[in-house]
Amino acid sequence: MKYFLRRIAFFLATLWAAVTLNFIIPRLEPGDPAEVMVRKLSGKDAQLDPAAVKAMRAMLGAPDGNLLRQYVRYLDALAHGDFGLSYTYYPYGVTEVIGHALPWTLALVGTTQVLSFIIGITLGAFAAWRRNSRFDSVVTLGSTFLGALPAFWIALLLLFAFGYTLGWFPTSGGYEDSIPGWNGAFIGDAVIHSILPAVALLVTTSVAWVLGMRNTMVLNLGADYIRLAKAKGLADRDVALRYAARNALLPSVTGFAIALGGLLGGSVLVESIFDYPGMGRLMAEAIGNKDYPLLQTLLLFIVVGVLLANLIADMLYGVLDPRVRRTPA
Amino acid sequence: MTAPATPAGEAPGPGGGPQHWYTVIWSSAKARIGIVMLAGYVLVAGLAPLIAPYSGTRADFDPLLPSGSTHWLGTTSQGGDIFSQLIYGSRVSLLVGLFGGLLATVISLVIGLIAGYQEGSVADDALSFVTNVALVVPVLPLMIVLISYSDVRGLPLIVGVIGLTSWAGPARAKRSQIITLRNRDFVTAAKFAGEGPLWIIFREIMPNMMSLVAASFVGAATGAIAAEAGLSFLGLGDSASISWGTMLYQADAQGAVSQGLWLWLLVPGLTLALLITALTFINFGIDLISNPHLRED
Repeated sequence: MKYFLRRIAFFLATLWAAVTLNFIIPRLEPGDPAEVMVRKLSGKDAQLDPAAVKAMRAMLGAPDGNLLRQYVRYLDALAHGDFGLSYTYYPYGVTEVIGHALPWTLALVGTTQVLSFIIGITLGAFAAWRRNSRFDSVVTLGSTFLGALPAFWIALLLLFAFGYTLGWFPTSGGYEDSIPGWNGAFIGDAVIHSILPAVALLVTTSVAWVLGMRNTMVLNLGADYIRLAKAKGLADRDVALRYAARNALLPSVTGFAIALGGLLGGSVLVESIFDYPGMGRLMAEAIGNKDYPLLQTLLLFIVVGVLLANLIADMLYGVLDPRVRRTPA
Repeated sequence: MTAPATPAGEAPGPGGGPQHWYTVIWSSAKARIGIVMLAGYVLVAGLAPLIAPYSGTRADFDPLLPSGSTHWLGTTSQGGDIFSQLIYGSRVSLLVGLFGGLLATVISLVIGLIAGYQEGSVADDALSFVTNVALVVPVLPLMIVLISYSDVRGLPLIVGVIGLTSWAGPARAKRSQIITLRNRDFVTAAKFAGEGPLWIIFREIMPNMMSLVAASFVGAATGAIAAEAGLSFLGLGDSASISWGTMLYQADAQGAVSQGLWLWLLVPGLTLALLITALTFINFGIDLISNPHLRED
């Protein structure tokens, strides 16, 4: 129980640190980002809603010097989900814009994360089981090289080959001839649009699990309990996959959140290449337009998402490995 | 006092004496390939004005020429020579790798070693907490936001942001390494000799973990090179110089994908991937120094 409480405490502490970092970054910058935004938005519409101006000042910085009062106002705005207006999507608010993009990124990045974990772990386990075989060297060398490829470059090549040259997949967007909703036509449409972005992300992220899994499992295969299992006369395959692989899986669980962070970073580039309607593309658009309220809120959402995933992975680890629950350290 | 005669992690060679680190690295076929490849990149970057037929920033040729004898890889839609851009682009990647890697390594050394040397103290708790936070915060989105606010875009900004955001993993590795070293006899001897903690950490202990430091430098340099490419592809790069990331940014922005200009897409990514592969291969060799088990493979 103590382990779980400690993990929850760590989550709350990191959440506070992330929220505070999000407060500090725009205030470190020379100039006044909030003022820049208000002026830019006034150019679009002279009748700017005073409440929206207040929200953006709370997010990005106010002219009065009292940081403590600004911090309280910032926390208050966050608690009300009040992130100001998006310059890119004026007159929509940041909350609304991100709300539309969030399901797309959750679906794309969530699916890729789970698939890349399963593919990478399986390849790594088989490579370790058949250590020094042809399969092992192909997998090890292949994942070294594929891991070196930038995900956005793979995305460009996939788009070029399968989107434009062969015409097998749509070249941009998240859906085309269907109305968004829970119906077969839309889901099928969305899946077809997601395949190329997902593959671009999968190629580089799945191989990241391979080497770690392979090396842990090679160490595990030399352990005494494996020798015992073999001495009992269990089939080689059962020993490798049901004994060694299960234990070798544990260290990989702790890497889950960091891998998710990398995947979200990659999705900024990949989504903008495929014009995929998720948070990554929003971020790329926000860079081009210097849309600070949108940019800053996206960062907050991404960081909080990764922290939540980290908490879940930690909890899962506690369930899977009874040792961490017992040791006081 | 200097490092003990046989530094930790240096395995005895076939003759019984310690094997030199460069012999260990060179003994790995992968590392040999990596070193030769990296040397090639360094040579090309250093001799860029001699190798490249034109200046990397010159853009007054006919646009979209196919590859031929005057323009080996053709020209861009703005009239730049792709081959020359490719040659000059190696300079940005190597510089960012070198300085970004150095900055991240220095920060990770200071934080990791000071935390680990005082394991369990308040300073350790604070530094470890900061490290753990920095470890889970997604790096690329953070770098994007930090750079977006700046009006001046340039290599120093990129290097600084990369260094400031990518030290956490290496710092944690160094913290656990120094914990295993800080109770060795030579450290106790230095304490009795009256040396201060900073002297002990950086002059006595650090020389014994150089292979870890080297490996984390190469790893950080690799990450920095990839990060620069990604940031430049988003248009956040140095506008005054050509890098492989900015080449791909322009190719994408000018519709190279839909118009089938595949050479313009292919070569910058390929040179980038080969450089990253070279550095990964070199790290296989460095790993052999600290982990003799791997040498039997």
